This record gives sequence, structure tokens and C-alpha cells, in this order.
Amino acid sequence: MAPQDSSTTVAAPTDLAPGFAGIAEDWSSDQRTFKNVPWGKAMMWIFLLSDTFIFSSFLVGYMKVRLSTTTPWPKASEVFALSFGGEPIPLILIAIMTFILITSSGTMVLAVNYGYRKDKNKTALLLIITALLGASFVGMQAFEWTKLIVEEGVRPWGNPMGASQFGSVFFMITGFHGFHVSVGVLFLILVARKVWRGDYDTEKRGFFTSRKGNYEIVETMGLYWHFVDLVWVFIFAFFYLW
Amino acid sequence: MAHAQGQQHPLSVYIWVWALLFVLSTFSYLVDFYHVEGYLRWTLILIFMFLKAGFIISVFMHIKWERMALSFAILGPPTVLLVLIAMLTIEGDYTFLTRGIFFGTGS
Repeated sequence: MAPQDSSTTVAAPTDLAPGFAGIAEDWSSDQRTFKNVPWGKAMMWIFLLSDTFIFSSFLVGYMKVRLSTTTPWPKASEVFALSFGGEPIPLILIAIMTFILITSSGTMVLAVNYGYRKDKNKTALLLIITALLGASFVGMQAFEWTKLIVEEGVRPWGNPMGASQFGSVFFMITGFHGFHVSVGVLFLILVARKVWRGDYDTEKRGFFTSRKGNYEIVETMGLYWHFVDLVWVFIFAFFYLW
Repeated sequence: MAHAQGQQHPLSVYIWVWALLFVLSTFSYLVDFYHVEGYLRWTLILIFMFLKAGFIISVFMHIKWERMALSFAILGPPTVLLVLIAMLTIEGDYTFLTRGIFFGTGS
């Protein structure tokens, strides 16, 4: 396929109608619908939309299961309490994990910003910090799983604290989220390496697509990372706090 | 070049939202810490959750600045989930009642 400079297919922003009239015009324009958006970013959004439905199915399934148990649901506040020598502090590990993920979202958004300023070193550094925060999140999750499996005896088919469905719901939802974070960390390291090498300054062609790379990829990467944080907001509210 | 500058916004917007996310997360943690129970608990959890989600989507994910054709294509479809939630609420209640009748452990 002949490589095409994306600027030739995108109309200048001033030609585009704003607001609701813009929706009709963009969708009926007999060419690309999502104007001013690189194809990679549009595709990432479509992927995230499908991922939204996967996580929603898990959470709605959890809601149904929790509604229909006749034995009481285990109290997340007590199950996930952690003691540092003294009285157990409720939900403290989950709170720390939440703050770590929010911090990483902040460093990610700064990376996108410095990327568009073509500040190679700062962008790469912020991406690496984001990856490290993500890795520590997964580490804490591994600790949490180990504690629940080994010390508390939680299994997908039962647990000593209450409704037997608790285990399967917990492993399914947090496991799938943790997998997303892990993939995100790999993705971050990959992009950070390319930024560091200066691939996006020289518009070096990518390995898979052989298209010219530029700093828009950092933003597309950022969308994925913020989505992972977004899913955690819902898991935190519905699974841990409810 | 139409999107040569991409989503370029002042840093202060991001820093403010970042700080706000920390504050909102602290609030939702405090809901649990101070044992707020019942409808007040659920209302507070939902409010903080939707505020956090809204700020992440609109500012961090730049939906606020995207064209409506994209934001409607992304935010529109998930609203059908409300139907799924409604159906499974009914189904969940039904299962609970049936279990109560057959196992005799309904409480």
C-alpha cells in the first residue's frame, strides 16, 4: 500500500461545521467520518468501545449474582483490610492502588502534552514513570491475590466469608483488569523506547504498518491507559465500596 | 497540516483535573472509612464515581475537544447497557425469590 501523508485526506478545521450540524455533515460526507483524528486514534476508540462492553458485561453479571445470593455478600471493607502492626485499616491497599493509578494517569497525560511539544526526553521519562507505576499496581494486585488465596482461602467456588460467588467475581473482574494493566505496561515501554530513539522525530516507518510514526501515537497510547484507569474507577465503586 | 498540533492544551487544565481526581478518590474512600451506610452511601459512591469518570473521559481522553461525530459514536452506544442493567435487575430479584422458596433460606 502506498504510504499516504494523513494531511492530504483531512480537511482544514475551519471548513468543518461545528456542533450537531457537524455530526450530520461528518457522517454523510462520503469520505472518512472522523475528521481531524488520525486513523490509529479512531481505531483505538473503537477498540475501547468494545472493551467497555466486555467490562460492563462483567460488572452487570456481578450485579445480578450479588442480587440473587441468599447468603450475605462478604464485606469488602473487612476482606481487604490490612494491618501495619496495629488495628487493621479498612480497604487501605485498594486505596493506595487507586491513588497509584490516578498518579500514572497524570504522568501519562503530561507525556502526551510533552510529546506534542516534541520534547523527546521528557516524554520518554514520563512514559517510563507511568509504566513503573503501572507495574507497581500489578505487583500490589499480585500481593492481594496471594493474600486472599493463601491466607483467607478464597476460591472461585467458595470462601469462608460469605456468598460463594464472591471468589469467581473477584478473580474474573480484577484479573481481567490486571491483565489490561500488564498489557498497558508493555505497550508503554514499547512506545517509550521509540520516543527515546527519536522515531517520532524522524518519522521512521513502523515495523508492522510501515507507516510514518509521530507523536500522535503517544496520545493513542494514552487513551488506552486512561481507559484502564477509568475501568478501575467503576471497579473501585461497585466491587470494593458498594 | 490539520492536526499537526494534535490535542495541545495548557498544562494547568491537566494539573487541576489531576488534583481533583485525588480529592474525589479521597472522598470516596472516606465514605467507606466513616461507615456511611444505606442510600446515602450508594448515592455518594455514585456521585464521586461519575464525577471521576466524567473528568477522565472529557479532559484526559480529550473528548471535550473532539468533534461531536466522534464523541457521540463513542458515548452513545454504551447507553444501551441501561437496558441490560434493567433486565438483569429483574432477573436477579426473580432468582433471589425462587431460591428463597426452594432452599428456604431467604432472608
